[in-house]
Amino acid sequence: MAQTSSTTSTTLLDPTNEAKPTERPRVARLDSVTGRTIGLLDISKPRGDVFLNRVEERLGAMGANTIRYSKPTFARPAPVDLRHQIATECDAVIEALAD
Amino acid sequence: MGHTLSDGLAIFVKRDCATCEMVAPVLAELAVAAADLTVYTQDDPAFPDTITGVVDDTDLEASWNHNIETVPTVIRVVDGAEVERTVGWDRNEWERITGTRTLGADLPDVRPGCGSMSVDPNKEAALDARYGGGVLTSRRVELASAEDEIEAMYDRGWSDGFPLVPPTEARVMAMLDGTTRAADEVVGLAPPTLVDCTIEKIAINAVMAGCRPEYLPVVIAAVEAALSEEFNMHGVLATTMSVGPIVVVNGPIAQRIGMNSGMNCLGQGNRANSTIGRALQLVVRNVGGGRPGEIDRSTQGNPGKYGLCFAEDEAGTPWESLAVTQGMAPDQSAVTVFCGEAPRLIADQKTRTAEGLTRSLAQAMLPAVGIRMVLGIDGMLVLSPEHMARFVDAGWTRHQFTEALLAELEQNSDDLLEGTNGIGEGLPAAFGGMTIPKFRPGGLLIAHAGGPAGLFSSVIGGWVSGPKGSIPVTRAVGT
Repeated sequence: MAQTSSTTSTTLLDPTNEAKPTERPRVARLDSVTGRTIGLLDISKPRGDVFLNRVEERLGAMGANTIRYSKPTFARPAPVDLRHQIATECDAVIEALAD
Repeated sequence: MGHTLSDGLAIFVKRDCATCEMVAPVLAELAVAAADLTVYTQDDPAFPDTITGVVDDTDLEASWNHNIETVPTVIRVVDGAEVERTVGWDRNEWERITGTRTLGADLPDVRPGCGSMSVDPNKEAALDARYGGGVLTSRRVELASAEDEIEAMYDRGWSDGFPLVPPTEARVMAMLDGTTRAADEVVGLAPPTLVDCTIEKIAINAVMAGCRPEYLPVVIAAVEAALSEEFNMHGVLATTMSVGPIVVVNGPIAQRIGMNSGMNCLGQGNRANSTIGRALQLVVRNVGGGRPGEIDRSTQGNPGKYGLCFAEDEAGTPWESLAVTQGMAPDQSAVTVFCGEAPRLIADQKTRTAEGLTRSLAQAMLPAVGIRMVLGIDGMLVLSPEHMARFVDAGWTRHQFTEALLAELEQNSDDLLEGTNGIGEGLPAAFGGMTIPKFRPGGLLIAHAGGPAGLFSSVIGGWVSGPKGSIPVTRAVGT
């Protein structure tokens, strides 16, 4: 096998995916929720519903409209259709994540 | 091919070969008698001094490209393609191929040649990398001459915490010799980045893990299984539970590559066990981008996430193998990848009856992942030889044992309801008054492995099972 000496360099093969991240501009942040539609996404972890119920109350009091969504399972990424639906129906989304 | 021979005759020689020295005058005869002779010398461009215009092939590019294994080799070339060749000195063959007569009149009729320098074992891997390395499309990472290779790989985040074997072109080309599949073949999409995972990328990570080329087909099969839709590697990574992919190997390949299905098989010490499991984890980390603190959210993890791979002991039991229960043919080499936690010890040194031992094992398996975590998880029992002997002595088949174990793994759901005994975890009240199985149907795997002495087996708890989580996946080991 090739040995490195003090004068030669070593060439290695990149074991990674070499992917360059795609740059996507973010949507502008809302300056107010009044009159806006906020999606509330539950990933079906325990008590996510409790959290989102409370968030929904408070957003309603602030004059926002809310739509509830849920992922079929927390164990897989959200289905593309669900992501598309949220993107078209809402101005912003709050997700109840994890434990 | 990266090299073309001119039409006519191409003869490969080296000075350090008694037969080549002997036929040097014959080359002079051929230069006169035959049309278009080109002589390639592997070691000394001044040899043979009997003719002019010798081609310097000391970098062995021509020799490697034309698969020269012996010197001298005579090749007849027509329209740029090899038509025929002969190796060593054989007057009849030389005269026939070159279309001449009375060559080397004072030489013996026949004399064997010597080894070509392009197949010298010390040079072969480097030559493969230099001339065959065009198959490798991965980005080259040049390390500075003063850089320590091991530190450089740590610095780039390629490591699981232990040192890596530097994946040089020569090592990766040698690793690719372990498979017949093309380097650019895509095996699957590696989450979370969902980029193509090619044979080449698997080979690079297998080199880093410390695998030998003959392990590569097993690594490839394990990656195929782990990247399958049903196994759900993304979920396995993203979960906060302490689980990772565990590889069980069945079939003739296990012995052929020297895997351990016996003493300490779930632990350290065997190169194949240790490095195959590690190669899979390095692919997950480096190709998929699944790293702790990033997409890998496991709260505590477990040592099996360095890699956990073992072979089932098939010879030591009359039972069919795990792979056979998963649908493989008995003589088919296969891997089963299971999403699981670390193995946990089950001690029972006193029970001698099959029925009693079944109940004892079941009692030790009920708490897997948590006593109130039922129905929704999978599990594996690794039955040791001394425990297996109790069932074989009683004449039980694998099916009988499995059915008996499943029966013992049922519980009264009233004991498992949330809130009972001040414990919040558990089943909703609606599940009260039922008999509930510990594992989902089809979610219990049983493998036989371990050393010859010790009345100790292991339970390996699983993760969220079925289509919402991960399903154990079995794949055939190819070539």
